[in-house]
Amino acid sequence: MATEFHNLQELRHSASLANKVFIQRDYSEGTTCRFQTKFPSELDSRIERTLFEDTVKTLNNYYAEAEKIGGQSYLEGCLACTTAYIIFLCMETRYEKVLKKIGRYIQEQNEKIYAPRGLLITDPIERGMRVIEISIYEDRASSGSSSGSSSTSGTSAR
Amino acid sequence: MHLGLDEPVRECQYNQICTRNSSPMETLSHKKKRTPRRKWQIFPGRNRFYCNGRVMMARQTGVFYLTLVLIMVTSGLFFAFDCPFLASNLTPAIPVIGGVLFLFVLGMLLRASFSDPGVLPRATPDEAADLERQMDAANGSSGPGYRPPPRIREVVINGQTVKLKYCFTCKIFRPPRASHCSLCDNCVERFDHHCPWVGNCVGKRNYRFFYLFILSLSFLTIFIFAFVITHVILRSNRSGFLNALKDSPARYPLTGREVVVCFFSVWSIVGLSGFHTYLISSNQTTNEDIKGSWSTKRAKNNYNPYSYGNVLTNCCAALCGPLHPSLIDRRGFIQPDTPQPLSHSNGSGLYPSTQNHTHMCDQEHCIQSTKFVLQAAATPLLHSDPVMMGRAGPPPSGKTSLGGPCSSLAPSQPSLPSSMPGLGCAGDMLTLRDPDAHCHHHHFVSPEEMPSPLGPSSLVLPFAAHGGHLNPAQLYDPASQDSLHEDSVRGLVKLSSV
Repeated sequence: MATEFHNLQELRHSASLANKVFIQRDYSEGTTCRFQTKFPSELDSRIERTLFEDTVKTLNNYYAEAEKIGGQSYLEGCLACTTAYIIFLCMETRYEKVLKKIGRYIQEQNEKIYAPRGLLITDPIERGMRVIEISIYEDRASSGSSSGSSSTSGTSAR
Repeated sequence: MHLGLDEPVRECQYNQICTRNSSPMETLSHKKKRTPRRKWQIFPGRNRFYCNGRVMMARQTGVFYLTLVLIMVTSGLFFAFDCPFLASNLTPAIPVIGGVLFLFVLGMLLRASFSDPGVLPRATPDEAADLERQMDAANGSSGPGYRPPPRIREVVINGQTVKLKYCFTCKIFRPPRASHCSLCDNCVERFDHHCPWVGNCVGKRNYRFFYLFILSLSFLTIFIFAFVITHVILRSNRSGFLNALKDSPARYPLTGREVVVCFFSVWSIVGLSGFHTYLISSNQTTNEDIKGSWSTKRAKNNYNPYSYGNVLTNCCAALCGPLHPSLIDRRGFIQPDTPQPLSHSNGSGLYPSTQNHTHMCDQEHCIQSTKFVLQAAATPLLHSDPVMMGRAGPPPSGKTSLGGPCSSLAPSQPSLPSSMPGLGCAGDMLTLRDPDAHCHHHHFVSPEEMPSPLGPSSLVLPFAAHGGHLNPAQLYDPASQDSLHEDSVRGLVKLSSV
């Protein structure tokens, strides 16, 4: 992560933010966290549809796992209630664990797939789970595999 | 350093000294470099933060302190004056159970008051611009057939069409079940109501704490009430009833007041717990219940799309579901180059000028109407109270959707300070049947905020207003009128002495 940030910093001057695409929430299944898998037209020339859809579907699966109401969540809830929720001072909730997994997944996707194509995904938690923000960079440097950072570099360096 | 003059070194030193002493702008930037600010310090909503962002409450917290004082004083009196007798004459388990209950109540109250109810952070400027562009595009495009206005999006959830409204303050389309709280100036997910007694909104993240608070408080008040009565009875068995009462004020000066406080608390809190148990089992929010969103009166095939169909599953989902993390990251540090959300509210309570004129008018209308209703309804309280004894069936459409909370709280109609918790929570659900969505959350304003000409009886107004709303013909019960009238007068007398 530190190396990536260092590279992004160095190449900052060689790429500029052209546009941002926002993938909105999909509320057709209620209030659970899902994002629309509709492929935005601005990314047509930048990335393959299947790769994008895979990313969004995986993210949706992660969120569904975090919000699943089942045996484990009941156990966690009852345990927390009996300890008057003090237990969360020591232990992190399942949701928080999944959010960390999501953070690592997004960073991995950025490094392997999106950054080489001049794109950067922002973790939805930084936008209040409203949107997946994809920043599109224009490559000014001659080499093809540059990735730039301006306002969103701070997020991946977090 | 900053000015790039001919004598850089000397000027640098001079500037550094100046920075520390005089120039405010440079002092600020210098300070920023040393102590980065946290996000709660620039939070756009009308909230108050304590403990460096760990605690989050609404702006008006006076009533919350009243709640705390009431609970602690009543419990304190119980432990000090009744427990010694009961522990020695009955069983020492009584103070132990009482103590555990008391601590649980306090814990849940503090958790409900101090946590983030599920505030949705405002849109960043880029997001807002993107949405505006989409809405303009939708406006411009022509097409046949019905199309909802661009500031509303329709979604089909489990077969029901739900409208998502655009929030002008937060610049987002509100998720389903979210609502904008005008007191806190935030959009809150799964918005239930703004509770002045708890000093915070009740939403997705703290609803279970709120529910457990009122449930455990019901048990605590019933517990205290029962054992205080037991104490009086046991004492009277020994020395006669009159002697027991005489002894009470002398030796145990406040037993009588404890009983009165508990009596009214029991009815209002138990009633409120019952109401919220109903809400949880049907997976509705107070907001939805009051608006009658899923009532079959609205449309024949209207049903709640969020309900799991099963009472047990609904309860488990509400109480044992996953605990969502806070979306506003209060204690995070502000990155100097990250986009900050738009904040039109300067936090001083002034109405943002960029809001839609209609929105403003409706808010103003709400405020005016609320004041008018509350003032007008105050006078009937002194004469007769149309009271619902028990639930009078499904509330008729229009005004009596408040019948739910009212019916469960009816016996506590005369309002003493002790009954405030129940009273207020029902009272703060007082909404006007205004078609505009922004008014639905214009709930009971805490007594400090409301310029009431009626003084102490202003605390009584929410119930009076309930009475004013309810259809008297359905609800008038002459048998209970006299006792309630007496009680209400007594209540007002008590209030004026507080």
